Amino acid sequence: MLGLDKKDALLFLIVVAMVVLAPFILNPFPTDSSLAQFNAGYPDLMQRFLIFGIFAVGFNILFGLTGYLSFGHAAFLGVGSYAGVWMFKLLGMNVLLAIVSSVLMSAVFAVVIGYISLRRSGIYFSILTLAFAQMSYALAYSVLSGITNGETGLQLSHNDPRVLGASVNADGSLPVPNLFGLEMRATETLNIGPWAFDFNAGYYVCAVFMIAGFYLAIRIFRSPFGMMLRAVKSNQQRMHYTGLNTRPYTLAAFVISGMYAGLAGGLMVSMDPLAGAERMLWTRSGEVVLMTILGGAGTLIGPVLGAGFIKYFENIFSKINDNVLHGWFAFMPDGLENAVVWILHPFIGKGWHLTLGILFMLVVIFLPGGLVEGGQRIMGLFRRSPKDGAKQDTEASKHPAE
Amino acid sequence: MGILEVKDVGKRFGGLQALGDVNLSVQENTCHAIIGPNGAGKSTLLNCLIGKLIPDTGSVMFAGQSVLGRTPYEICQMGISRVFQTPEIFGDLSVLENMMIPIFARRDGAFALNALSSVFGQKDILEQAEHMLEEMNMADKRHMHAASMSRGDKRRLEIGMCLSQQPRLLLLDEPTAGMARADTNNTIDLLKEIKNERDITIAIIEHDMHVVFSLADRITVLAQGTPLVEDTPDKIKGHPKVREAYLGESA
Repeated sequence: MLGLDKKDALLFLIVVAMVVLAPFILNPFPTDSSLAQFNAGYPDLMQRFLIFGIFAVGFNILFGLTGYLSFGHAAFLGVGSYAGVWMFKLLGMNVLLAIVSSVLMSAVFAVVIGYISLRRSGIYFSILTLAFAQMSYALAYSVLSGITNGETGLQLSHNDPRVLGASVNADGSLPVPNLFGLEMRATETLNIGPWAFDFNAGYYVCAVFMIAGFYLAIRIFRSPFGMMLRAVKSNQQRMHYTGLNTRPYTLAAFVISGMYAGLAGGLMVSMDPLAGAERMLWTRSGEVVLMTILGGAGTLIGPVLGAGFIKYFENIFSKINDNVLHGWFAFMPDGLENAVVWILHPFIGKGWHLTLGILFMLVVIFLPGGLVEGGQRIMGLFRRSPKDGAKQDTEASKHPAE
Repeated sequence: MGILEVKDVGKRFGGLQALGDVNLSVQENTCHAIIGPNGAGKSTLLNCLIGKLIPDTGSVMFAGQSVLGRTPYEICQMGISRVFQTPEIFGDLSVLENMMIPIFARRDGAFALNALSSVFGQKDILEQAEHMLEEMNMADKRHMHAASMSRGDKRRLEIGMCLSQQPRLLLLDEPTAGMARADTNNTIDLLKEIKNERDITIAIIEHDMHVVFSLADRITVLAQGTPLVEDTPDKIKGHPKVREAYLGESA
């Protein structure tokens, strides 16, 4: 189906179903129940799941296939964001304009940064990309503040030309990003009994791009180009002595993944037309590395899972505070209750990084293949009988990049 | 005029004259062995042929074209393939994928952005790869992880990959180094088969005299960076200069 083999087509359909039905899946608890705070089905967070999913899927095309670990991919996220907001300011509020310009601008940056950084490999490549991203961040903050509006961040204003639309709405408010009139913030809420499900226009715009991006990633993984990228990771020497030039292969992978990052940046500003320099900070670059490794580098679905996992933690886990804990452990005797809350305190709320860090370490140590490997092991427990173990191994080697 | 002409090639590393005025002519469709004691400059010479090193002086011509100043992949695309001392294969890929890559490289050149078609949808390439695997007697291993094979099998795969490029010249750098006797004999048989059944020139660097004398049509003996003698295997065997180079003057 769609030029994919059975296994990939199934994976693709699962992702499509999950993305389309996310407003239901992520809101499993009735709105007034005590567990409602674990609901992740509100538009802002759902959009972020998809946007960072795109970011990580693109990053994985570079890191997962070629093994080149870029520590500067946030630069493309930032470039994409600025390019998008400038489109809103100069041309008009249609998100397609912004997204196209984001992708193109980040591609240009990726060609330049990639051309220079890819002259080295391993740790030196990582350091070069990190240096570029930090330079971009510093420039955006200081020298280039004419373009980036420095610390305040680039945002819409009443004086923008917006040649294809109105600078200001009739009522004096700023126009909002839209897709041919459909506003990105438009949300329909569906109430079924005690449940409420939000269907947001912006989310479904992100969903279209995410599904297209994921489909393209599958095609790239299974293509001769993708095989060459895995060959680069495996043995560059043999590549050269097979008559293949590795440089354009790695550069193409770098630019493609930079364009995914630019797309993510463009979608970010389409949902909220504001771009700041902190989007290029090295912690953002590190975050996408974490997402990819946590989910499973070099696998198709891994980066999506990793992105979802980290964003869920960042937004949901961080909201649990001491009061919530007291509520949960109210059944205990007072002293014990206070003790338990005291122990858990560093791991919740603002301490969510600590919990995430511990989980990350556990995954890297015990599941080097990330969450995907965890899933495979669980599946294996159910499926595997001693007899067909060998057969499954040969099956697995058919799709080494899965 | 041979297919490979090495003229007055010299290479110096600091104070060490690794190669001095090497002249060598490899004739088409022969097997030419280069032997010599450790430090004779065999590997340096080989690296000069495939673009890994650029000699200080002299010229290297392959099929009428200079290889100097070209990168390894360009030289490979000209028709020179190299088998390494330790097998260089794509360990993370399956055996079949390993075999497909050189065929892609031959068809599409040094770079092709072939990102939307499926690898296994390319029937002609798949067919050629399967064919070559059968020739190498490895068809049953096609879905194995290349890294998990024995050294002999890796060597066999590497030679198959090189042949898939349909090179005019196959360079082998001590292809049996570190192999068990049985694997060595298998490799010799394989190379003999290749030599007899294909239009291919083979240049081989080897320590193992058994391998050299079973394969070579001509032998060049290298010592201290210069060729001592070049002759047929029979004449080389009893040559006094060769004995001297290998065993020292007193022998």
